[in-house]
Amino acid sequence: MSQFLQVFLSGLATGAVYALVAIGFTLVWQAAQTVNFAQGEFVMVPAFFVLIGMHWLGLSFWVALLFGFAVSIVVLGLLFKKLIVEPILPHGGITLIIATMALGILLKESAKEFYGAEAQPFPAMFPGDQIDVFGAAVSLRDLLNLVISLGIVILLTLFLNRTRTGRCMQATAQNPGVAEILGVDVKRMVLYTFLINAALAALASFLITPVYLAKFSNGETLGLIAFIAAIVGGFNQIRGALVGGLLIGVLDNLTATYVTAQYRAALPLVLLIVIILVRPQGIMGTSEGRAV
Amino acid sequence: MRGLSVRDVWRSVAIALLLVAAILLPIGQKNYIIYVLTSWLIFTIAAMGLNLTLGYAGQISLAQASFMAIGAYVTALLTLAGWHWLAALPPALIISFVVGLILGYPALRVKGHFLAFVTLAFNTLVFLVLRNEDWLTGGTYGLSGMPRPDFGLFSTDKHLPFYYFTLGITVIAALALWGIVRSPWGRAFKALRENPVRAESLGVDTRRVTLLAFAIGSVYGGLAGALITPLVQFIEPGSFGLAHSLRILLMVVVGGAGYFFGPFIGAAVVILLPEVLRFTEGYYLIIYSALVIVMLVFVPSGLIGVWGRLKAKVWPKQQVRTDMAEGAGLQ
Repeated sequence: MSQFLQVFLSGLATGAVYALVAIGFTLVWQAAQTVNFAQGEFVMVPAFFVLIGMHWLGLSFWVALLFGFAVSIVVLGLLFKKLIVEPILPHGGITLIIATMALGILLKESAKEFYGAEAQPFPAMFPGDQIDVFGAAVSLRDLLNLVISLGIVILLTLFLNRTRTGRCMQATAQNPGVAEILGVDVKRMVLYTFLINAALAALASFLITPVYLAKFSNGETLGLIAFIAAIVGGFNQIRGALVGGLLIGVLDNLTATYVTAQYRAALPLVLLIVIILVRPQGIMGTSEGRAV
Repeated sequence: MRGLSVRDVWRSVAIALLLVAAILLPIGQKNYIIYVLTSWLIFTIAAMGLNLTLGYAGQISLAQASFMAIGAYVTALLTLAGWHWLAALPPALIISFVVGLILGYPALRVKGHFLAFVTLAFNTLVFLVLRNEDWLTGGTYGLSGMPRPDFGLFSTDKHLPFYYFTLGITVIAALALWGIVRSPWGRAFKALRENPVRAESLGVDTRRVTLLAFAIGSVYGGLAGALITPLVQFIEPGSFGLAHSLRILLMVVVGGAGYFFGPFIGAAVVILLPEVLRFTEGYYLIIYSALVIVMLVFVPSGLIGVWGRLKAKVWPKQQVRTDMAEGAGLQ
């Protein structure tokens, strides 16, 4: 039982970080019909910005974190929207999907060539001490990751539901035409969505990189899992992405421990195919009324 | 039959010239260059299949490499068991067809990015099976030592004969595809791409057409795989991962989705450009992906579309119905 709890909690902690990435993905999809295939790389890159801040610019760790956060928002939010999404979106969704794939390769190879191909140690924000939870040994870092991720999700939900800007963003996502008529600055709201996506990716990066080390290839699996979490939970719901992320994190850990480690990577994929075929709107999602 | 227009004559002359160039090009070249040219032809076949699925029928698939894997592994296992390559080819193609048909079923329910994810997941599942089931596939070590086909007087053991052998098969595959896209099926594919509802209401069986688009596209993937086996004589799961599906997709888009000759150009760019950029060493993928993004911003309809766009600017003419014209606006 204590082993189950241990596996369950660490799965929940990883899943919460997946959820952050999946939520960003969902927001961008809602606001701009952009399916970002580089989302995994968006999580890989901020850690490298922090490392650059620490080792090249000589900043201290916490300052470097702020530096990495700011650079991520500019590069992965603002520049991504202005230079890639805006010019390519009118050519169609599939063209944009391919462009984001190319962007993924670009980011990955740049990290490899300009920083290094080896996995780089990345300082943790919290100590990795083991603590005892009902007989299960759980690392403090996992627990804090879980708490912080959930805290971010709650703050984000409050922002979207309770503030004027947040509600304008929701209106933009639901019906840009009507939102525009009602005086919402649609372009600005879409831009905010991209900035929030970049911020979420950066936070996920800072939480997860101490565990995986900073490596150029980190994005490959992470991105795929985030998509799957977003789809499984429901592509048009924040809480869907949250549920999807947690579910995949837990299921992944449980399969690896109790069923098969070899086919561990297959489980989310099978789950994805089943969900898409049986319930394309996701577990929590509502039907979009779009012919998807 | 309508008579040959001036344009058709020019086109035939251009094709004949290109074919002669393809025959003369490898003569006197080093083995490595012949090898690169052969893999260009093989990837052209794979991209032709995806072009049918994506460019003509409008169904995105990120699983073309997994059909190459199916074709390659079936051919490898059978030729290693002593079958002749020609005998191993039909089973490889039939299995690709059937699996492609099955993969087409999700496309009946979902479109666009959802379909992209399903096919992407399928590709990764095939990769995992190839890697984990080592009793059949040799696991991560793969399979090696597959013989090249021998036709009595014409043995393909050397690189140059194998190139001509591949060229012959490419020409046959291209002719077959030409037949398909000119046939009522081809028109049905385009109708499906442009407006599925209208196609359905005009009596096109969209269900069957969607499945066929996947199945035929997969057969081309399987054929390309069946040629990779004797070319490389070593196959492993890593050669058929998601990255390779993306490469094939890139070929289709770079060349021009929905254009018959798009895949030839696309495969040439994707296979040969890295060789040209080799002097930049590690930076080539960076330059390459940046070039792709720039191209998608400025010429989203692919390189083959550049000429048409220039011409339309200088010499505008009447709009043609999009299901009659070549080239796809991918939504």
